[in-house]
Amino acid sequence: MRYIVLLKGFPMADPPPPALMEAIMKLGGEATRAGALLDTAGLAPSAAGARVRLSGGALSVTDGPFAEAKEFISYALYQVRGKEEAVEWASRFMRLHQEFWPGWAGEAEVVKVFGPEDFAPPA
Amino acid sequence: MPATPPDQRSADAARRAVEAVWRIESGRLIAGLARVTRDIGLAEELGQDALVAALEEWPHTGIPPNPAGWLMTTAKNRAIDAHRRREMHRRKLEVLGRDVREGHDPISAEVNDALDDHIGDDLLRLIVTAAHPVLSIESRVALTLRCLGGLSTPEIARAFLIPEATAAQRIVRGKRTLAASGVAFELPGPEEMADRLASVLEVIYLIFNEGYSATTGEDWMRPALVQEALRLGRILAGLAHDEPEVHGLVALMEIQASRLRARIGVGGEPVLLPDQDRRLWDRLLIRRGLQALERAESLPAPIGPYTLQAAIAACHARAATVQDTDWSRIAALYEVLGHLWPSPVVELNRAVAVGRATGPAEGLAIVDALVRAGALPGYPQLPAVRGDLLAQLGRSQEARAEFERAAELTRNGQERTLFLARAASIGTGSILRPG
Repeated sequence: MRYIVLLKGFPMADPPPPALMEAIMKLGGEATRAGALLDTAGLAPSAAGARVRLSGGALSVTDGPFAEAKEFISYALYQVRGKEEAVEWASRFMRLHQEFWPGWAGEAEVVKVFGPEDFAPPA
Repeated sequence: MPATPPDQRSADAARRAVEAVWRIESGRLIAGLARVTRDIGLAEELGQDALVAALEEWPHTGIPPNPAGWLMTTAKNRAIDAHRRREMHRRKLEVLGRDVREGHDPISAEVNDALDDHIGDDLLRLIVTAAHPVLSIESRVALTLRCLGGLSTPEIARAFLIPEATAAQRIVRGKRTLAASGVAFELPGPEEMADRLASVLEVIYLIFNEGYSATTGEDWMRPALVQEALRLGRILAGLAHDEPEVHGLVALMEIQASRLRARIGVGGEPVLLPDQDRRLWDRLLIRRGLQALERAESLPAPIGPYTLQAAIAACHARAATVQDTDWSRIAALYEVLGHLWPSPVVELNRAVAVGRATGPAEGLAIVDALVRAGALPGYPQLPAVRGDLLAQLGRSQEARAEFERAAELTRNGQERTLFLARAASIGTGSILRPG
């Protein structure tokens, strides 16, 4: 099963500490070597993006930044054997933030990606 | 239906969380323990002990902040206990004094060092030992899934449609054979490494194919074997990164797995490659497969059968439509594969490719040579391919007879329906088959 983990956090005044980045690289390498992490990348602040909206039958495009409290930070796509395994990888990732970046707050959303197991025809 | 009581629910959640950590950590854990105990059977049992301890404790105490560390520490303590017991056994005459100094105890230190260093080497050792050629292929598969996949015996039984007792026996027999044959928990030397790796690749691809051949409505553990094999392949590629065939196998599996959704129709019937809706192919797996293939082809070593098969699979993966397929390249790759690995099935596949690249008459010549040699008796694909080529040449009557023969030979009901439909369509004069 595939899960996408979307990391969102409250903006901080300072950039992430180098020790955190180092630990994240190490964990990412470990998850890749374990055959679990398929793809991952950082996400730029919403100032670099836009929103295309359909509302009341009309399309509109709004450029960022957006006034949400939290910004997307990264995504990671995992191939795992169940939700708990995805949650465990996400927890390890969050624990690094806890350890190396005091004061940071955010959340990792664990979202299931539909896969062949969800499209199985009736037996 | 009454709701599950909350304490039961949280106990289930705790158990699933423990098992998730176990699946992530078990390979490295058992590998480290095997390095200490020099016995993968014992290492696997110590690892299981740690899992049982976690299953008993965590639902009450909550999951520890570092679950992997907890498992490792618990297993280490069990390893030290076991080591001490064996030492004690060996030095029977020694007084049963508990004078082993805790803290700077040489045995603990040795065990700790062994577990902390060389995790990568340990894992590779575990992989090549669990798949040792001295074992039967069934035991190799079961031991690999047990030690590296973290699968339980009942899960292995469900995955292979065998009784639990049979799965357990394969594991026990495997461990016993390893111990009896004096197989060392060591990395083989360079001259032996090729054979040992070939044995590992065979095990992984067998696991993959078992999952790939699972049919609709079967236990989910069966298709899950595809992911299990991919995971093992990716782990191995990280450990043996200079071995082209390892990347070749990973490429082959990634590309084949990319078609999982497209190869089963809405009614659960198999859909053949030319008829698949290519929009359903998994682009991420294709990209990963092509990258792995590139890696395999860039390494300075003679090209092997997995890399060749991956290169063939890649020709299909790169083609947006059947018509875009580079059949000449596929025919050439099958020719190389046939030299490396002479097999009538490879030759039959080459006939299909030549039929599309050059023309049906040239393809038919290859099939007819197989028929003359008496190859593949009872193999339904032989008359099916021959029938297809004959139909393209307008030899309808012979083509129809070949498809009827294929329908007679196959044991698969859905395939039979497919062959009979082809035979019937030729009968009505519509000899051109799309795709």
